Amino acid sequence: MHLILASTRVDLARGQFATTSLYHFLFVPLTLGLGPIVAIFQTMWHRTGNETWLRLTRFFGTLFLINFAIGVATGLVQEFQFGMNWSVYSRFVGNVFGAPLAIEGLAAFFLESTFLGLWIFGWNRLSPRLHLATLWIAVAGTWMSAYFILAANSFMQDPVGYKIENGQAVLTSVWDLLSSDWTLYAFAHTILAGLTAGSAVVFGVCCWHFVRQRNVEVFRPAAKVALIVLVPASCVNLWFGSHFGILVEKLQPMKIAASEAQWSTCSHCAFSVFQIGGFTESDQTPTYSLDIPGLLSYLATGSFSGTVQGLNNLNQQYSRQHGPGNYKPPVRAIYWSMRVMAGVGTVIALIAIVSAFLLWRRRIERLRWFLWIAVANSFLPFLATSAGWVLTEVGRQPWIVQGLLKTSNANSPNVTTTWLGISLGVFIVLYLALLVVDVWLMRRYAGLDPVAPDEQAPAPQPAPSF
Amino acid sequence: MSLAELWFILIAVLWAGYFVLEGFDFGVGMLLPFLPKDEQERGMMFESIGPVWDGNEVWLVVAGGATFAAFPSWYASMFSGFYLALLLVLVFLIIRVVSFEWRARSKSPHWRTVWLWCNALGSFGAALVWGVGLSALLYGTPLDSNGDYTGTFWNLFNGYTVFAGLTVVVFFAFHGAVFLTLRTTGDLCERALKAARMLALPAAALAAAFAILTVIVAVDRNDKNVFPPVLPAILAIGAAVLAVAFVFQGRTGRAFVATSLGAALLVATLFTSLYPRVMVSSTDFGNSLTVSNASSQHYTLVVMTVVAVLVLPVVLLYQGWTYHVFRHRVTGDAHY
Repeated sequence: MHLILASTRVDLARGQFATTSLYHFLFVPLTLGLGPIVAIFQTMWHRTGNETWLRLTRFFGTLFLINFAIGVATGLVQEFQFGMNWSVYSRFVGNVFGAPLAIEGLAAFFLESTFLGLWIFGWNRLSPRLHLATLWIAVAGTWMSAYFILAANSFMQDPVGYKIENGQAVLTSVWDLLSSDWTLYAFAHTILAGLTAGSAVVFGVCCWHFVRQRNVEVFRPAAKVALIVLVPASCVNLWFGSHFGILVEKLQPMKIAASEAQWSTCSHCAFSVFQIGGFTESDQTPTYSLDIPGLLSYLATGSFSGTVQGLNNLNQQYSRQHGPGNYKPPVRAIYWSMRVMAGVGTVIALIAIVSAFLLWRRRIERLRWFLWIAVANSFLPFLATSAGWVLTEVGRQPWIVQGLLKTSNANSPNVTTTWLGISLGVFIVLYLALLVVDVWLMRRYAGLDPVAPDEQAPAPQPAPSF
Repeated sequence: MSLAELWFILIAVLWAGYFVLEGFDFGVGMLLPFLPKDEQERGMMFESIGPVWDGNEVWLVVAGGATFAAFPSWYASMFSGFYLALLLVLVFLIIRVVSFEWRARSKSPHWRTVWLWCNALGSFGAALVWGVGLSALLYGTPLDSNGDYTGTFWNLFNGYTVFAGLTVVVFFAFHGAVFLTLRTTGDLCERALKAARMLALPAAALAAAFAILTVIVAVDRNDKNVFPPVLPAILAIGAAVLAVAFVFQGRTGRAFVATSLGAALLVATLFTSLYPRVMVSSTDFGNSLTVSNASSQHYTLVVMTVVAVLVLPVVLLYQGWTYHVFRHRVTGDAHY
């Protein structure tokens, strides 16, 4: 009974972490990607003086801010819930994990929130050049914050720069932590995903206006900028993501084995595009699978003849190192999250390339069916990033810190099932309500006509108050 | 002074910064349902804190992050122990954060009323729970030998902590009213001054009583001498008295300096009373978490100190510059 309760509590805490993280990360990539695009629009306005760019800045700036609010709000939950739900974990890693988190606050959050406030209210208060600079600084803040939080997360995937002292992980080199391969790969991968999401949304909104034949002249340059970002970001991220796989195979071979449902060690391994069956201990051979010979070896090792370790061998190896047990993550979930991430990523890149071709040939505005595809495409990046996080975090199980601490031992021992149930319920209700409002606002504001900037007339300036 | 002690002081400074800055944001929020007479005045109140509230809230985020990094055990025990209270804080802060961006996004009066109340309720609730929560660190909560909280939600509440919550709420409302007298014009400004005069005596009385109670609790339950906690307590009382005097003289600029000092000194009183412990255990005093047994190792603290020394002055500079940029009184027809 006690054991059952303990596992329920871990599951509830995991459910809460998954809910908050996935929800938070719907808004984060949009912030990371939309910010620089709005900044590009404003830079173009500053350079050319063309009013279209100013309209676009205002228009997409509003969409940016609507989402930024939820990103900030759910970010608070992210910070608090390490201590609330995972106190054993927090004590164990605080020395190491806390440092990038604190630096994130000091160096990045202050920057982004303060300068975003300056940007929102500074239109008539700052010189145009300074006002433009505040937006770029805020964008730099959002990127820095992504870097530091990913440095913290990378310690859970690939612990470096630490030693174990009195049962705690103790930081020995902050530089190793901040410059680990995992941190740098994860940062680049995340930024590219953010740029993909931001530009896909901008492009989708443009196409939605093209479909309705509204504001075509205003949105044409925006569509061009969006594709200049979207095509390289989505294509490079495909290539980059597959390279990331080679690093993962080195550091977390179990994650790769699970993501391919590869039970036995193989060389010249085939990649299965999809398979039926073969996901459980008792059913290791799929009844059907569509294979591409050699591709798995290539993706995981960089060579078509490379050896990929299987789940069974790895489990034996981990059992020898860490004591007997099951060290395999849930194979089915990992296998499919990998395919959703990579598959959706590929679809986005293809749509981007076709869009660029059609825009170049000046045909896109008349192809209604394709415009609708582009509108739908603006939702796809969020599916891919969510699947990517499931792959990253669920694929690390049973570890919370790879090889050092198990998730089942890391939750807060004193937090009761009731507390967990209440908080999970409250968060789900709150998140759903906010999502409904956010989607409604986004739809409404994405469909508006970009305002003519006649409100640009400088407001009267009353006497200073202090 | 050890680095752990330095970080205890820095965390106190971060909380003080949060109380001073977000304190007037919360105060403005709490006054939202009562002060403004029309939509333009409501817009003025939102605009008065619009450019700065987000930067002000980061003081809390950094206080949380710094506690995690510098005192992992404190962070783990406090956040897992004060679970439902922190859940409440999160709900209050979330509805408040989105209200700033979303309220102005529709002209519907119903919509605007909903978000106005979200902001007011969020400000009130967060101020209340922080008052209760921080004072509970000193009053003591049930902690086992592992530092894990063993009580229920209700163990956080007692006469002292509830009084602290009430003090924080009323003092922030006062602080916010004084702030509004500096940032608004016309009728609203006059009404803000009236509100400040109404709130001045209760806020100062509560603050003074809270400062004295805190010293008593420190002596009684945290094995402290009257000195040094009495020092910031006296200064806090002095600041509160000055704030009352300035408000009634109509010298609201000086009053604002006094309420800011008062907010900071109340935090200073609490943290001075807490030291060298960070969380007092009410079950067995020996289980209390202290600055030395809850802190991170030397190297982590060195890294954090270097970052803080390099970054914090710059943060203060640009946040200060923000206040300079938005020094003009608001008119209510900007962004909101």
